[in-house]
Amino acid sequence: MPRWFLLAAVAAALAAPTDADPLTVVSWGGSYERASKRAVMAPFTAKTGIEIQVENYNGGLAQIRAQVETDNVYWDVVDMDFADMVRGCDEGLLEPISVDALPPAADGALAAADYMPQTVTDCGQSQLFYSTVFAYKRDNFGAQVPTTIADFFDLGKFPGRRGMRRKAFSNLEFALMADGVPPDHVYAALDTEAGIERAFRKLDSIKEEIVWWAAGAQPPQMLADGEVAMSTAYNGRIFNAQVLEDQPFVVVWDGQLLDTGGFGIVAGTANLEAARQLVAYAAESKTMARVSQYISYGPTRHSARPLVAERHLETGTPMAPHMPTSAPNLVRALHADWEWWADRGDEMNERFAAWLAR
Amino acid sequence: MAGTVIASRRARLRAAALTLPLIAFVGVTFIAPLLSMLTRSVYDPVVADALPKTIALLRVWDGGQLPPDETFETAAAELLAAREERTLGQVATRVNRIEPGLRSVITRTARKLARVETDSWREAMIEAADAWAEPSTWRAFRRAGQSITDQHYLHAVDLDRDGSGGVVAQPESQRIYVSLLGRTLMLSVAITALCVLLGYPIAYLIARAPPNKGNLLLLLVLIPFWTSLLVRTTSWIVLLQSQGVINDTLVALGLLGDDERLSMIYNMNGTVVAMTHVLLPFMVLPLYSVMRTIPPQHMSAAASLGASFARSFWRVYWPQTLPGIGAGSLLVFILSIGYYITPALVGGRTGQLISNMIAYHMQQSLNWSLAAALGGILLACVVALYLLYDRLVGVERMKLG
Amino acid sequence: MAAQPAYVEFDAVSKSYDGVSQVVRDLHLTVREGEFLTLLGPSGSGKTTCLMMLAGFETPSGGAIRIGGRAVDDVPPRKRDIGMVFQNYALFPHMTVGRNLAFPLQARGMEKSAVAERVQRALQLVRLQGFEDRRPGQLSGGQQQRVAIARALVFEPDLVLMDEPLGALDRRLREEMQFEIRRIQRSLGVTVVYVTHDQTEAMAMSDRVAVFNHGRIQQVAPPEVLYEEPERPFVATFIGDNNLLHGRVHSVAEDICEVAVDGQIVKAFLVAPLDVGQEVSLAIRPERVSLAPDAGLYSNEFEVRIEDTTFLGDHLRMQTVVCGSEFVIKIPNIIGHGGVLPGDTVRIGWTTTDCRALAPDLGPAD
Ligand SMILES: Nc1ncnc2c1ncn2[C@@H]1O[C@H](COP(=O)(O)OP(=O)(O)OP(=O)(O)O)[C@@H](O)[C@H]1O
Ligand SMILES: [Mg+2]
Repeated sequence: MPRWFLLAAVAAALAAPTDADPLTVVSWGGSYERASKRAVMAPFTAKTGIEIQVENYNGGLAQIRAQVETDNVYWDVVDMDFADMVRGCDEGLLEPISVDALPPAADGALAAADYMPQTVTDCGQSQLFYSTVFAYKRDNFGAQVPTTIADFFDLGKFPGRRGMRRKAFSNLEFALMADGVPPDHVYAALDTEAGIERAFRKLDSIKEEIVWWAAGAQPPQMLADGEVAMSTAYNGRIFNAQVLEDQPFVVVWDGQLLDTGGFGIVAGTANLEAARQLVAYAAESKTMARVSQYISYGPTRHSARPLVAERHLETGTPMAPHMPTSAPNLVRALHADWEWWADRGDEMNERFAAWLAR
Repeated sequence: MAGTVIASRRARLRAAALTLPLIAFVGVTFIAPLLSMLTRSVYDPVVADALPKTIALLRVWDGGQLPPDETFETAAAELLAAREERTLGQVATRVNRIEPGLRSVITRTARKLARVETDSWREAMIEAADAWAEPSTWRAFRRAGQSITDQHYLHAVDLDRDGSGGVVAQPESQRIYVSLLGRTLMLSVAITALCVLLGYPIAYLIARAPPNKGNLLLLLVLIPFWTSLLVRTTSWIVLLQSQGVINDTLVALGLLGDDERLSMIYNMNGTVVAMTHVLLPFMVLPLYSVMRTIPPQHMSAAASLGASFARSFWRVYWPQTLPGIGAGSLLVFILSIGYYITPALVGGRTGQLISNMIAYHMQQSLNWSLAAALGGILLACVVALYLLYDRLVGVERMKLG
Repeated sequence: MAAQPAYVEFDAVSKSYDGVSQVVRDLHLTVREGEFLTLLGPSGSGKTTCLMMLAGFETPSGGAIRIGGRAVDDVPPRKRDIGMVFQNYALFPHMTVGRNLAFPLQARGMEKSAVAERVQRALQLVRLQGFEDRRPGQLSGGQQQRVAIARALVFEPDLVLMDEPLGALDRRLREEMQFEIRRIQRSLGVTVVYVTHDQTEAMAMSDRVAVFNHGRIQQVAPPEVLYEEPERPFVATFIGDNNLLHGRVHSVAEDICEVAVDGQIVKAFLVAPLDVGQEVSLAIRPERVSLAPDAGLYSNEFEVRIEDTTFLGDHLRMQTVVCGSEFVIKIPNIIGHGGVLPGDTVRIGWTTTDCRALAPDLGPAD
């Protein structure tokens, strides 16, 4: 057999047609990924015939940046938090997605007007509200249970280890609120050096008792294992552990940190068309509302609000008490300021790392 | 005669050609990335490339008052162009590292400028963000515009430049790398010492045991070596964690109360214990290979010459194993100062090493230049150590087995 | 020699490493003060084991070893004050020659100046002055050997053990070193127990040789006695060439006996008492056999056919068969005895005293 033939065969095998590939969607694992598959991806595949393969990550832009910079893009769509979406868009890591190209609401309202404030970028739109809260296991405490974010930092009243995310984000906010800063003054306080130092000092007070987590699936596990007495967590993860695994977890909504997230398309993907279809499908009001049948995350379009599930599809649990956007839960809520984090994130993370290492 | 010379030359060339794939492989997988890393640590042309004219104007600016209108005009035009080309985010990131807070200023300004028509770009920019009225903003741009920069290396040793360009220490709250490097070196020394302490008797036992028993012992050392690093590290977690086997046993035996469980992992202890285990074979193997070459008669001879066991050991056996200790220590030390996975898994907060910080900057903060500078410093440490070893012991005396 | 008192005594010593097979059995041996005694035997016969027991690196399984009249069972090697030369020298490669020699002196806490002086004397003894700053790796094999000997002697032990110290040297150097070792031993008057499996070396150096086989001493005697008067077949054949004939005792008269070998009668000298009818081996040195042109010259005479001849310079070696056994004859190369060709039939003969009726070997079984 001539040598060139072999080479050609190998080359052909390597350059296999890309349009037959499934769409690679990157999500967060665990119960959120499960909900996203059932509410968004599976119906999308049923409707369009486009297969989806799911991969996993813990946020951040590093892997996306590596793929884009080396021109070796194998992720197509990434489920990302809003700050990453803004920054990825600025840095050219994401494909532009015009909000005008998205489907209008059922009543005909244009998408641009239908989205809530602070949920739209040039490269994608948030689909969901989720929240970082803290939770504990009911049977770890007697009559006196933690009810405020200040209790999370009160080792005297509630001894035991604390689980926290190994990032500056959320921890600085919690620390200030626990130290008595009202939610709507938190970022103003963080704009001053004194405020930042105050936050770190508050964190200092429980530093030795903190167990750090990285992936969203860890906190429910750590609570269940008794590794920690309380932990910060994504509210949906705690919810799923409560309803699907019957874990006696209690969420404390005081001082919850609201954030949003949605799909972005990695710049340079070979599956751009399919990726766009998925994003458009996910942006439909009824799709984003459908997620709430599986996990307690709320939609970001006004028109999706009335469509939110009243009960959890699999267990019949009423959803309202578990949604971060329910009025009673919003009493002392803080909305994450992505612009502040875009500006100060690098610096805060560096200070956080320095603080951690000390 | 001439024919044989040519023939032998050709044979030599052919032999050399056989090593070409290896050389190419090493070049592509080692030298090139190394060079690109070192380059990245001092060369950062993002801002200079995106805003060339602005940077040129800022270079001749005195830095005291606000720059002239021309600079504003050029900057506005180039910021808009960068937004079009979608390099603005990188520019903003780079400038933001020098002066935190400027990222949103830059992106916001570009977004707003795209929608205005104006004669005075100065006013338009200051209107978009107050920061443009501060000379410090422009100084940050000027500094970010230096393609060749020592900023990352300064940063990597907790230094910075102040407004006037002088080198100053970072504020207390942001100093981290020097102490981390110190901790890394200290832990590496501790791990190396532990490896010697534990590895020496093992290697001695293996070398002195009859062959079949020796092989079995060697196998026991090697099996962990062949097991996945993750599996080994995870098994340390199972053993050492607060609800782990050791603590459970101690509590069950009543030696500890349930609330006094020892924290043996997720801290410096965890890193030291797990890394010592992981790196032990790198000490045992060179030691064993050196000890195997020492005839057992030496100890008998020393005894017959009237020396006690201690004397025989320290004067006769120990010095002959020094090349093995040197080789093993060098290996273990160099591996441990660059180790990453084990401390990441079991190091908790206080058991992190400089390599974890490098990984952090590679993967999370995306500050690759700083990661490269830290890597450069680590590399310098390794090279320095190697030279020191060569100077003191002589590398040719090193026996790796 | 015989006047010297016993210095080392093995008293019914036995040794087994595994508790089953005896490597050394029921060993009785006396080494006299100032004597050069060699343990000679084939590989695996237990020589090194004996030496190691003496040095204290192995403990006897039975019996006792005495040095200077004192039992040494519980004296550790380093307290026995025995110089030892190992087969592979066991010089410490990381020390210079000088420091190698100083090692045993420092171990004894000797003063610095005394050490230096002793080292110099030892170097002088082995003719290696000026080599003290070299390392063992920078010396030739023979020089290393000398250093090893010097190191075993430098602390002036009364007893020196050497285990095949010349095994690694080539023949010429070996002969030179044999002489050298003997010279040093004589000049110091030190007692030496020497191990070798080379019979020429043993013969050349020793005052007495103990021939080992199967962990037993077959015979202890000065070299000439071993050669001239071997007592057992193993010794007879291990040392020098010998012809062995096997037969049954036919009659005994004082120290002469007649032995029936393959139907023929051979007259032999009795080494040990024998009964009529007992099986016996006869040993006849090949050079003690003569070509006998005239009958009646020798008490033992046979007509034989020469199978083969080999010219070996100083002598002629002839292959033949006597009483059904292979038989070798060595004829000195003196004019008058040439001219015998393979196929010739000749008459050979030897005297009764040159034909020894031996005691049986001490075997492994009993
Ligand atoms: N440490 C030991 N363990 C078990 N058996 C041993 C040991 N040392 C020697 N032997 C056995 O004891 C027997 C005698 O060994 P020894 O070393 O004394 O023989 P040797 O006469 O010195 O032989 P060579 O001339 O080959 O050195 C051998 O069969 C040997 O296998
Ligand atoms: Mg031996």
